[in-house]
Amino acid sequence: MRILVCVKRVPAPGARINVTADGMAVDSAHLGFTTSPHEECAVEEAVRLVGEHGGEVTVMTLGPAAAEEQLRYAASVGAHRFVLVPIQEVDWDPQRTAAALAGAIGDVESADGAFDLILFGNESADAGGFQVGVRVAYALGRPVVNGIKGVDIADGVASARREVDGGFEVYNLPMPAVLGVKEGINLPRYPTMKGRLASKKAEVVVDERSVEVGGQARVRLHRPVETVSETVILGTGPEAAPAVVDLLEELGLLT
Amino acid sequence: MSDFPTRANVVVIGAGIVGNCLVGHLARLGWTDMVLLDKGPLPNPGGSTGHASNFIFPVDHNKEMALLGEQSANQYRDANLSVDCGGIEVARTQDRMLELDRRMTSARAWGIEASLLTPAEVKDLVPFINEEVILGGFYCPTVSVVDSLETGTTMRREAVETAGCQVFANTEVLDVETIEGEGGVTTVSSVVTDKGTIATEHVVIACGVWSNRIANMAGATIPLVPAVHQMADVGPMDILAETNNEIGYPIVRDMDTFCYERQSAGSMEVGSYGHRAILHHPDEIPSNQDAALSPTELPFTDDDFDPQMETAIELMDMLGEAEIRYAINGLLSLTPDTMPCLGETTEVRNLWSAAAVWVKEGPGMAQVVAEWMTYGYPRVIDVHGADIARFYDEERTEEHIWSRADEHFIKTYGIVHPAEQWEGRRNLQVGPYFSRQEDLGAEFFQARTWERPQWYGCNADLVERYGLSEREVEWDNRWWSPITVGEHLNLRENCGVVDLSSFQIYELEGPGAVEYADRLAVNKVDVPVGRSIYTPWLTPDGGFHSDLTMMRLGEDRVRIVTGVFDGGRDEFWTRRHMPTDGSVTFTNITKQLTTLGLWGPRAPAVLSQLTDQDLGQEGSPYGSIIDAEVAGLPCQLFRISYVGDTGWEVYARWEDGPKLWDALMEAGADLGIRPTGGGVYGSSGRLEKGYRLMGAELESEYNPLEAGLARPRVKAADFIGREAYLAARAVGDPEVLMCTLTVEDQTDAQGRKRHMMGGNEPILTMDGGRITDSHGRVSRVTSAGYGPSVDRHLLMSYLPLELCTPGTDLQVMYMNELFPVKVAGSGAVFDPDDTRLKA
Amino acid sequence: MSLLVICDHDRGKLAEASLEALAFGRSLATSAGLDMEAVVVGEGAESAAVDLAAHGASTVHVASHELLTDFGPEAWGETVTQLVRSSGAEVVLACGTDRGNEVVAHVAARLDQPFVANCRSVEPDAGDWTITRVQWGGSLLEDVSLTAEVVLVTVAHHAVEPSVAAAPAAGVVAAFRPDLDASLAHTVVADRVVLTRGVTLSTAPVVVGGGRGVGSAEAFGPLEELAGLLGGVVGCSRAVTNNGWRPHSDQVGQTGTRIAPDIYIASGISGAIQHWVGAMAAKNILAINTDSEANMVARAGHAVIGDLHQVIPAIIEEIRRRRG
Repeated sequence: MRILVCVKRVPAPGARINVTADGMAVDSAHLGFTTSPHEECAVEEAVRLVGEHGGEVTVMTLGPAAAEEQLRYAASVGAHRFVLVPIQEVDWDPQRTAAALAGAIGDVESADGAFDLILFGNESADAGGFQVGVRVAYALGRPVVNGIKGVDIADGVASARREVDGGFEVYNLPMPAVLGVKEGINLPRYPTMKGRLASKKAEVVVDERSVEVGGQARVRLHRPVETVSETVILGTGPEAAPAVVDLLEELGLLT
Repeated sequence: MSDFPTRANVVVIGAGIVGNCLVGHLARLGWTDMVLLDKGPLPNPGGSTGHASNFIFPVDHNKEMALLGEQSANQYRDANLSVDCGGIEVARTQDRMLELDRRMTSARAWGIEASLLTPAEVKDLVPFINEEVILGGFYCPTVSVVDSLETGTTMRREAVETAGCQVFANTEVLDVETIEGEGGVTTVSSVVTDKGTIATEHVVIACGVWSNRIANMAGATIPLVPAVHQMADVGPMDILAETNNEIGYPIVRDMDTFCYERQSAGSMEVGSYGHRAILHHPDEIPSNQDAALSPTELPFTDDDFDPQMETAIELMDMLGEAEIRYAINGLLSLTPDTMPCLGETTEVRNLWSAAAVWVKEGPGMAQVVAEWMTYGYPRVIDVHGADIARFYDEERTEEHIWSRADEHFIKTYGIVHPAEQWEGRRNLQVGPYFSRQEDLGAEFFQARTWERPQWYGCNADLVERYGLSEREVEWDNRWWSPITVGEHLNLRENCGVVDLSSFQIYELEGPGAVEYADRLAVNKVDVPVGRSIYTPWLTPDGGFHSDLTMMRLGEDRVRIVTGVFDGGRDEFWTRRHMPTDGSVTFTNITKQLTTLGLWGPRAPAVLSQLTDQDLGQEGSPYGSIIDAEVAGLPCQLFRISYVGDTGWEVYARWEDGPKLWDALMEAGADLGIRPTGGGVYGSSGRLEKGYRLMGAELESEYNPLEAGLARPRVKAADFIGREAYLAARAVGDPEVLMCTLTVEDQTDAQGRKRHMMGGNEPILTMDGGRITDSHGRVSRVTSAGYGPSVDRHLLMSYLPLELCTPGTDLQVMYMNELFPVKVAGSGAVFDPDDTRLKA
Repeated sequence: MSLLVICDHDRGKLAEASLEALAFGRSLATSAGLDMEAVVVGEGAESAAVDLAAHGASTVHVASHELLTDFGPEAWGETVTQLVRSSGAEVVLACGTDRGNEVVAHVAARLDQPFVANCRSVEPDAGDWTITRVQWGGSLLEDVSLTAEVVLVTVAHHAVEPSVAAAPAAGVVAAFRPDLDASLAHTVVADRVVLTRGVTLSTAPVVVGGGRGVGSAEAFGPLEELAGLLGGVVGCSRAVTNNGWRPHSDQVGQTGTRIAPDIYIASGISGAIQHWVGAMAAKNILAINTDSEANMVARAGHAVIGDLHQVIPAIIEEIRRRRG
């Protein structure tokens, strides 16, 4: 089977997110870059499925030239083919992104046939637009479900599990299909040293797309106001236990 | 939260391994009213300590680093936060195999257990190594892994519990303020933080990569640059996990690929010093909040590390399948000359630096600084190489720091020859004869910032004249030339001119000048005008701080002349102890005067053509400095010799230098005069005479009695270190004495003639035993070189008194081989009665 | 001219998140001069409609179709799309839950309109609308201008408090039967799997978190016990997952689960930023740490300075004592 995973290069999370002086971008001076976490899991899931059912994994990204790094990372954990849709800007709005990806996917599919499965991350770690996968699926005319935390393939059907309070919903999508996966679907492997070295040789196809901008335009980014308050020290060591339990009682948690 | 203090006796900035150990050591030395600050949280505030690989390889060729490393390793052991896992430096090249021989030699010098292993023996210890790519290994069983965070925490808690040290994490220093103290001396006064301002007597900067930025706040400099050391944690691997241990296999240093492999529980840390030097400005380091991991754990740059992966897999195949779990560009501190920055800053009184220190030396160096602050000098070991006062202004510039760090990063695991010269940042300071010397084919060696001719290519004819040859072994011959022997023999036969422009020259003037000068020197400065003295300056504990000449130029005027390696420290020492009542002024006139040494039996004949001055022992007696017109130029003739032949140091105005040079060369043309390099002045000439060199033979661990420089009587005037000096004299005979030894047979096992270099090679008894005294001081070669006029390879070393008898047979280890040596005595081996000086 | 709020419900009981969307919708409708309507879909939708009048819906569209008996993002999205087309709604609003964002994304794809997810404020205008939305899971805000024929937005979950309208609206129930293609059945819930665990990390009223300071997988025992006593669950920091002491599903943080319990008891957790991002929505935070200077202590409302291995057993004992 052939699986496509669409990934996004994002600043590595973990630090306070600062904004450039013009407010138009995240200040990445101190930040590394990574594959958006849900999508890292999507790559892992694709590699796992192909390991189980045979086939190959293609990874596509829309981003700056440096996003090649994320494609190579995917190569280092087992993906096979790579497409970069280069952009000059920091980011594209969701409509524009989806249109460009749908076009680029069309290019690949017209040459090699339809992908059995296309995986997206549920949402990107940075912009968090919650829509690109759905838009692409609609453009391609394929069924799509988001929030997926488990996939099984059998008889041309992708059986996808979505976490809800207390359990899972199960969706059975005939392939070709599209899924938006969520972190937790698997624990993505780390690249091995050999994988990393091999990834340097991976060939990246560049597919430049020209697409109109969508209706959502960034005006500026800014940080929310953080509230700072003094910590109340309940005590030191085990002697503090009664004060802790008083607090729990106060919050009505001891009933 | 306790109230933020408004005053303290000492504020230590930085709670990494150094700051924590420092407050611990200060507490042990009786300090109170201490405050320890860090801008990050505890126990890991985010500096370099937090990502250190935490291992200590105790063998180092450098004495300060070796002994402080050992001291630190022992402090970690005492804290019970250390495991001896052993370590192996593996060689992939023949050159490295020779370096491992040198490692064995240094291990013996410092008394560290070590052995050379065959590839198969390496594999016995490290079963997952590919023994086919290595030629051998240097195994040291006492290589240890330490818990630096916990050790720091323990020391900090000790300071809190025993001395009431107050600790404030998450407290950022915004400014370090100074006042104009007594005598107009810029003195630290307070530390301004985001939580309040603390008025304080002393401030210590132990801020690692941020140190220079904090020092700059007070107008001081700590010349270091944050640099990346890449490290990747790969795993898990069953063979490692099965040890059920943080570390169960020896650490492997793959020296020729500048890489190490250190087990960390189930995974392997692969660290690299092989990538390009990646340097950062302190202002580029993110805050704790802005850093994903920590401020000193920057995003990993894969491309830089890829070549290391390939070589690592080559050495340990299993690493190829291991997952890269965590990888960082870790920041550490590099200085222009690789050594740490310890001691009081030269710009601001009571502002101390404890920076550019790695985990492996942290506790020991913290002890050094604590002792320094307490006693006015470190006690545990001499640290002239780490003294922050050693730097000249040119060495404190960003351009210099970056250039040198860029050049030496790759040498972290490199094979560095003791005489190795820098490639970048040359010609920073040159004498007035520089272009002439270049024309004469001078080979320049750089002494800190100064270029000095080591030998002159134009003297190549002397090699043939005296029948000389290159040294047989490339290592011994590197950075050396037989021309230097030719220049030596010519000087002894005719005469030579030595460029001494790098002399650091200061003058003290004023009604208190002579009295103050006497306070610095062991020997009496208050001599008749026109006379000079050669004298030690002592530390408060009676060891050597300096060794130099002082000239009485007038009733109220004293000149101090010292060597370029010690200029920074000596100037700082002189200024630091100056009376604040205005009775003495200090001037650095280094750039106003140039000095040429003219020595050799025909030196008087050369000089007499250029001056009417009586040059005999009457008109220009030994030790005198007289004004004289030489070649029509106003000069001073200082009758002294550091090479053993008669002659003068001629002091002239800087701008007159070229004329003086030309006049001497012309006058000496028919008398065999030759420009003569530092190879004669600093090495062969002085070694034949047994003249001691500051920083080599003379260190703060030794006193004038031991150096053989004590005078029969002690002057009445007080001087720094007098009490300790008197106490040492009262004991009677010193425990050790500086001696010269001759190498009796230089032939190695391969039948080649070898040449020891004065790189701390151990002197051993005939049965191979190390020689140490009751203080643990080891007998090792402090200087070495060929004595052409005695045709012997000469070594200098302190020896216990019972071994000082001339004719005593001992051995020296060089490149892991033993060579027989014989004690010549504590004086000169050439012209012991100084008849040539008096000629 | 109307603003349409997409409401979710569980067998007729309106979801808390939808109440937030209604509160937000009321004020937006007022400032935009629009009439607020609501749409409910699926089994039991009629009973949910009853409450919607109190929340200010003038009309409640009850959509029904055999493909709408259970949740299906495409069927729901197609239904709302057809309703927007037929009702002429100018604004479509939902709460930014997984379902809310997904359904509106489908509407956006079908209408070929922009969709602005997870908004904090929406300023109507004659021309472009100005919207402030959440990025980076709340670490950053983005102001955007929106050019659209139909304004499609979701309001960030927990950004507004649910409230009832000052005066109830008409709440006229209007049945709506969409025309749905049979292929949309492909994305309707086909089955449900119930997990035995009652509370999840994201919904638990109490989370007892453990960090590197816990020391081992076994040492989580007392944390489990305390969580059990309080009807909560155990969470952990990234260091713990990396060490293999707990599964990734227990990880609280930017790359793990975001939690919003009544109290988060963070023990032996230093409080790295990435962990904090996942825990910051907790209503109360109690840090237990040996180090009073640790990041988590500074950020918590309450703290106990001490070793969690002593403090937690003492708390357990104290709870048992009081409960008799």
